[in-house]
Amino acid sequence: MSKSIKDMGWDELVQGAALFSFEGDVDYEMSQVQPEDRNYAETNSRNAYVGDWRVEKPVFNKDFCIDCQFCWIFCPDTSIIARDKKMIGVDMDHCKGCGICVEVCPTNPKSLLMFNENTDNEEALTQWPEKSEEKGE
Amino acid sequence: MSGNKVIKNLKSFSTAAERFEGSHVLCPGCAHSIIVREILNATNDNLVVSASTGCLEVCTAIYPHTSWDCSWIHIGFENSSTAVAGAEAMNKALRKKGRIGADVPEPKFVAFGGDGATYDIGFQWLSGCFERGHDMMYVCLDNEVYANTGGQRSSATPIGASATTSPAGSTSYGEKQNKKDIIQIMAAHGSPYVAQVAPNKWKDMIKKIHRGFDTKGPVYINAMSACTTEWKFAPHETIEVSDLATDSLVFPLYEIIDGTELNITYRPKNIVPVRDYLGAQPRFKHLFKPEYEYLIKEWQERVDAYWEYLQRREEARV
Repeated sequence: MSKSIKDMGWDELVQGAALFSFEGDVDYEMSQVQPEDRNYAETNSRNAYVGDWRVEKPVFNKDFCIDCQFCWIFCPDTSIIARDKKMIGVDMDHCKGCGICVEVCPTNPKSLLMFNENTDNEEALTQWPEKSEEKGE
Repeated sequence: MSGNKVIKNLKSFSTAAERFEGSHVLCPGCAHSIIVREILNATNDNLVVSASTGCLEVCTAIYPHTSWDCSWIHIGFENSSTAVAGAEAMNKALRKKGRIGADVPEPKFVAFGGDGATYDIGFQWLSGCFERGHDMMYVCLDNEVYANTGGQRSSATPIGASATTSPAGSTSYGEKQNKKDIIQIMAAHGSPYVAQVAPNKWKDMIKKIHRGFDTKGPVYINAMSACTTEWKFAPHETIEVSDLATDSLVFPLYEIIDGTELNITYRPKNIVPVRDYLGAQPRFKHLFKPEYEYLIKEWQERVDAYWEYLQRREEARV
């Protein structure tokens, strides 16, 4: 196939075509290899983009993070990147800005907060709230 | 490496290599993908997965993209269970004939279905799979409505919910019939393991999924999946609403082993009134009018009676 599947017209597609997640043979254990070391095919949705769904984006402030990984487990879009038991950041290509990560963050002040999509990350970090004295719910 | 992942805590769980990719087009804040991620990440085994038509199927396989890093079958509304049962039977037959070598590790077979596909449309097929006793796991993503087609009622929709085919208005309070007790029905099929899970109680969920994978025979998992679009709450409240559902005992978390041994796996420290659970979801907002207040009282009585029944069964071991 010389043409990219994305450039094909409707009459060029194979009916009932199988979509492959990976390029070539997979000779490694999928459950052991982190995504960055995998050979994704262009038909894998990892290569797609839903970042334009966002109205607000989560900004990560690592100063307050305790690596509890609540955000990682509850993220519906596989967008929280955690490696070696540490929270690294948010995958902005796949994040839809639902705000669950901010809601479940247990730290005081929260280490993830929603900001307007157009806010600069550095600027957002300077606007971070102080530790609040009020006890949670 | 095969078998279940050893998961001691959330930190060790977070080292899992993801097998469900982002950029699927499920709504922001959808609980389906939280459940799918928790199940796929819980095991190291290779997986053969199918999904019934529903939100999960159409949103994770928008041509030309797929979100699944494991074998996945796109199938009709009713027969995800049968498709996976067929794959399981084929695997068994080819191993017997020696065309799949003994050195190839056994995959696990998982079928996903929405509540429409499970409670209504696919029920006959599901029932057949359980009767034949295939070694598979069926996961029902129970969001109590046909969410993919615009929110029609299903037989999982609870009393009083406003759905597009049972709307609340001046003469009606919405859905009139109560939800089917699918867990008891599947347990009565003689299934070796049946459980109800919720994505917010991830540890309880992982334990049940591990047990399900270890069990030989058909396993049924009913996963509560809070639907931000049809339950009409804000996307960031998914976990909050799920917490209310499990803590108010509307979705009690329990398991039934071999159809008889019932264990309650989560007892909330503070039981929340059902009123709080209903109040968090605008699909029930008409119940707070004075003329429908009695329905909330009935809800509470029904939930209390069911909790009492579960406790009695657990105690009597029947």
